[in-house]
Amino acid sequence: MIKKLSISSIFAQLLLLIFVFVWIAPTFGLFISSLRDKDVLAISGWWTSFTTTDVNEIYRTKGMEAQIEEDGYFIIKDKVFEEGSGKIISRFGITSKNIDEFEVGEIAVFKDGSEISIDKEGNYFWRSKEKFTKKKGKRIFVSATSPPSFTLDNYKEVLLREGLGQAFINTFAVAIPSTLIPLIICSFFAYSLTWMRFYGRDLLLATVIAALVVPLQMSLIPILSIYNDIGALFGVAAKSFPGIWMAHTGFGLASTTFLLWNFLKSLPNEMMEAARVDGATHYDTFIKIVVPLSIPAFASIFILQFLWVWNDLLVGLVFLDKHPSEIILTAKLKELLGSRGENWEILTTGAFISMSVPLLIFFSLQRYFIRGLVAGSVKG
Amino acid sequence: MTIFSLALTVLLGILAFVLFFHVSNFLLDYFGKRSSKIFKLENSLRAVIFIAPAFIILFVFIIYPVFETIRLSFYDKIGREFLGWSNYAWAIKDPDFRRSILNNFGWLLIVPTLSTFFGLVIANLADRVWWGTIAKSIIFMPMAISFVGAGVIWKFIYDYRGPEQEQIGLLNAIVVAFGFEPQAWLTIPVWNNLFLMAIMIWIQTGLALVIFSAALRSIPSETLDAARIDGASELKIFWSIIIPYLQQTILVIWTIITILVLKVFDIIYAMTNGQWQTEVLANLMYDWMFRGGGDSGRGSVLAFCIMIGVIPILGWNLYQHRKEQKI
Repeated sequence: MIKKLSISSIFAQLLLLIFVFVWIAPTFGLFISSLRDKDVLAISGWWTSFTTTDVNEIYRTKGMEAQIEEDGYFIIKDKVFEEGSGKIISRFGITSKNIDEFEVGEIAVFKDGSEISIDKEGNYFWRSKEKFTKKKGKRIFVSATSPPSFTLDNYKEVLLREGLGQAFINTFAVAIPSTLIPLIICSFFAYSLTWMRFYGRDLLLATVIAALVVPLQMSLIPILSIYNDIGALFGVAAKSFPGIWMAHTGFGLASTTFLLWNFLKSLPNEMMEAARVDGATHYDTFIKIVVPLSIPAFASIFILQFLWVWNDLLVGLVFLDKHPSEIILTAKLKELLGSRGENWEILTTGAFISMSVPLLIFFSLQRYFIRGLVAGSVKG
Repeated sequence: MTIFSLALTVLLGILAFVLFFHVSNFLLDYFGKRSSKIFKLENSLRAVIFIAPAFIILFVFIIYPVFETIRLSFYDKIGREFLGWSNYAWAIKDPDFRRSILNNFGWLLIVPTLSTFFGLVIANLADRVWWGTIAKSIIFMPMAISFVGAGVIWKFIYDYRGPEQEQIGLLNAIVVAFGFEPQAWLTIPVWNNLFLMAIMIWIQTGLALVIFSAALRSIPSETLDAARIDGASELKIFWSIIIPYLQQTILVIWTIITILVLKVFDIIYAMTNGQWQTEVLANLMYDWMFRGGGDSGRGSVLAFCIMIGVIPILGWNLYQHRKEQKI
């Protein structure tokens, strides 16, 4: 009995381990790639980055300006790698036909009779009896082993030069109001659906439940034409931040209301009635009793809606301009996917930047996130 | 816009709504105490203040557009001239539309099934090992990522280089390691749909997992212990006790993922843009919204087709809601 259990337990562990591995590998690969040097990234898989790798590089020596005269020879000295690169040269060559002709320490002779030698760390020593007369140096080919190395250069490049920094700020400018406005409006709405008595309340609630599953594609064309009409009528831009806030508010309204209503109806009715008897208005009850009790529910809904807006692409594409001052991260990333499809250092880094905020929220507030989802998130 | 003016806009936008509720309620309280006429009306006025903003938005952004889109589907590309059924006739003959319908069916069949299945299996496994919480956390993580971000992640995995080059895409590297030819996965018709679906499954399994985990805890442990004492194998327990117990939950997860899959857009748009026979309704609709200056008639037909897919779920939800209200 015990033996049987332990076999099934080992089997369970193994199977789960495989699942975990398959699920984490894609994201992990992206993260590692974003930290790699772009030249290495383009020619080798990310899984090779933890071991030393063999690289072949071409380097051009310095030209005539660098020469010094010593003991009757003209000498040019320099290093082929940057300081602290950790690369170690094994072989080198001086023609493209035979790039690993010489062992380190051997002396190679160019056609013009000048001699060059190179050591493991990449310091070369090039001497000639004649004066060097060419501005351009000569090419040397080195075969080296490169230790694992990671860099933040890609992040600097992407944030500052590719315009992702601005897109990052734009996404915040879209996401924060698009999360808070529905939360404010819907908490009043959900309150009235729970504790106010009025004609047509059940119909309104049924409408909200129906609206939960209406695909937002049904709204795009009419809303866009309303926005265009408003833009033309008042001479303002049809695509603007307030426009997208309201669109997100509209598309998130049903789910936010539904989740809040679900939560509010679980609060004890006696408490509300007691407050009413004491002469509190609905507004007092709402502010002083309902809001403080609803903070955990607010947190869950805030996270769900924030992540939804942050990760949205379609609404951002339709209701915002592609101009740098308005474009959001997901749209920018899609744009890069088209224009820089082969520049994986930019794509992986860009993707990781766009994921950074959701992942931060995920790892710090996972409990609320899960609670919100489990409370029955059906979003239209 | 500078960051400062942007922040100011954001702040003003939010403040406007806070002020609306606060000021209107304050005025109602103030005048309600003074005039007995308003006092009588207080409750209905209060209800109007509480409901109006949400209702107006619900109406403008959901209710009106639903009917407007249905109306537009019978009109020409700028919504002026009545065309009858001709947009629908166009759709039925259009090869892209047929392909989309076929693909959407494929997505509907495969993604909810596999996500639910994986979610259920993983939830069960995670319950039995001491590091289950960490495992769940990792598998749930893709839920936080955008579809476009996931698109980049997976495009990197499917990356293709010629056979003479070193593969930097994980999938091709594995294929080559086993001695096969590398493939440009996303351009192989029919099969490429599966590679796109894999992304959605990768994301949605996490959703199924957390909901199942919560539901599993509600199964009384006495039932499970009794079955074990009677000598039932773990597999038998899974099929005969756990699955029947979770029927309702399975249905809920199935519907959530189905609704999501019907609208799948970002993944297709970012990865293939419908090329190589991967077109789906939502992407085709987006395409027609802007192609050649936009065709609101054809776009509306496509949106309505997505809507038709959710109508059974909508009806079921309303039916369930009414049943609950009666109790």
